[in-house]
Amino acid sequence: MSRNGPLALIFHTIFVIVMVSPILVVCLVAFTPEGFLSLPTNGFSLRWFRAIANYPEFIHAFWISLGLGALSSFVAMLFAVPAALAIARYRFRGRDALAALFLSPLMIPHVVLGIAFLRFFTSAGLGGSFAALIIAHVIIVFPFALRLTLAAATGMDLSVEMAAVSLGAGGWTLFRRVTLPLILPGVISGWALAFIQSFDDLTMTVFLAAPGTETLPVRMFLYIQDNIDPLVTSVSACVIAITMTALILLDRFYGLDRVLAGKGDTGR
Amino acid sequence: MSVAAEERNARAPWALSAPALMLFVGVLLIPLAMTVMLSFHDWGQYKGIEPVFILKNWHEIVTDPYYAEMFWRTFRIAILTTLLTAVLGAPEAYILNRMSGRWKSVFLLVILGPLLISVVARTLGWALLFGGNNGLVNKLLMSAGLIRAPIPFMFTETGMVVALAHVMMPFMVLSVWAALQRLDPQIENAALSLGAGPVTIIRRIIMPQIMPGVLSGAIIVFSLSASAFATPAIIGGRRLKVAATLAYDEFLNTLNWPLGAAVATLLLAALVLIVVGSNALIERRYAEVFR
Repeated sequence: MSRNGPLALIFHTIFVIVMVSPILVVCLVAFTPEGFLSLPTNGFSLRWFRAIANYPEFIHAFWISLGLGALSSFVAMLFAVPAALAIARYRFRGRDALAALFLSPLMIPHVVLGIAFLRFFTSAGLGGSFAALIIAHVIIVFPFALRLTLAAATGMDLSVEMAAVSLGAGGWTLFRRVTLPLILPGVISGWALAFIQSFDDLTMTVFLAAPGTETLPVRMFLYIQDNIDPLVTSVSACVIAITMTALILLDRFYGLDRVLAGKGDTGR
Repeated sequence: MSVAAEERNARAPWALSAPALMLFVGVLLIPLAMTVMLSFHDWGQYKGIEPVFILKNWHEIVTDPYYAEMFWRTFRIAILTTLLTAVLGAPEAYILNRMSGRWKSVFLLVILGPLLISVVARTLGWALLFGGNNGLVNKLLMSAGLIRAPIPFMFTETGMVVALAHVMMPFMVLSVWAALQRLDPQIENAALSLGAGPVTIIRRIIMPQIMPGVLSGAIIVFSLSASAFATPAIIGGRRLKVAATLAYDEFLNTLNWPLGAAVATLLLAALVLIVVGSNALIERRYAEVFR
């Protein structure tokens, strides 16, 4: 039912070009054979990708980001799954307030969170530590972990659980063998989205990271502050490639519009 | 249901959410309260932070025109970014919605995908496109005859607004898109059969119905733009400060934490007021849409 007129299609084409071009230009410049910022007009070269190997800071920061993202999303899930079941299953006083509190990290500017965590962890003697980064990231990815788990738990058929109970399953067995497998798609997508959010966060992390615990976005940001050269574009191109892969997987298995729209916000 | 079972039922949700609740109170609410407290502390170049209760930082922010200018710049950039995303994002969402299934999902991925791509990488892309007076954007605009002299984009508010609008665009498209999903296509056909032209249909049928989506998208874009850090820092450089980059400077360069905390607290308070206020207005104005 494509009823878009020519004018609409021209607008659409320009819109898409503008949306894609900054990302495209980063990836193109990364392949330049020159020693300065330029589009690869004289053939493609991988020299700036090889150059990354000479900057251990970037590689170290990448591993920090990867570990931080995986671990904090996992810990967030440990807290989010029971909370999501509580909010999805029960109608109790304070339910809306609880859901609002759990989603609040979405509303609070990350710069404010960064400052609050810097102050808090410094006075707790954890300033600049990896542990502090994990705890802070658990808080900022929690809403994403919660929302997708909540959507899965709300849509779940309760009669399956009742059947299991009538067959004598209870407690942990019920959760492990029946509930968890049923909400697993939501849990995995929630984990993946939480991971991407953690992996990409700059604004909050830039306050907490110290030399040695710098994440990849922080390292890239500090590098850009000094100078912009093709090296940082090749690092960015790698980050874009990784995110794109995760994105396509997420879209294939769960549907990107569902992930981003966060349907079933508070389970209503 | 027996009394005991009922009691267990009342306790169960709290037992399940207790770990997360304790985590949020311990590492979110307490640090936020500490930050507000910090904004009332004293600070000196040599003595550091002194835990006393004074209004020095707040007095400085209110009286020094530097801060008024900085906050005004922050909100001006956020408002312009919001307008730009609304004017371009709403029509795009509408066009997208009218596409056929396969193209729709491809372009939805292309437009929403950047949301998950590192903000640093996306802003770097704009820095490359702007790049001085003979950047690609200026070359393109000049060869198209749209401008005669190059527009300075780097280290200007214009550049910040363009790059921020690009970063925030997916939120607007997503929000209008959600509103369009609730729209009944038959209404459009009914208007068409009654002799309405395309302009009338858009103005009288589509616009009123997607307005809640545009407005809720605008709230998201505004609050995220007003507190944005990476894009203003990279495009704006060290001179052109907004609230988030100023707070960063106070914390990590000047080390005047109490003043930085006051800037952050004011930003948070202003945003909460604006967001809660406009949410209430929208919900009252469009009560029937949300029902």
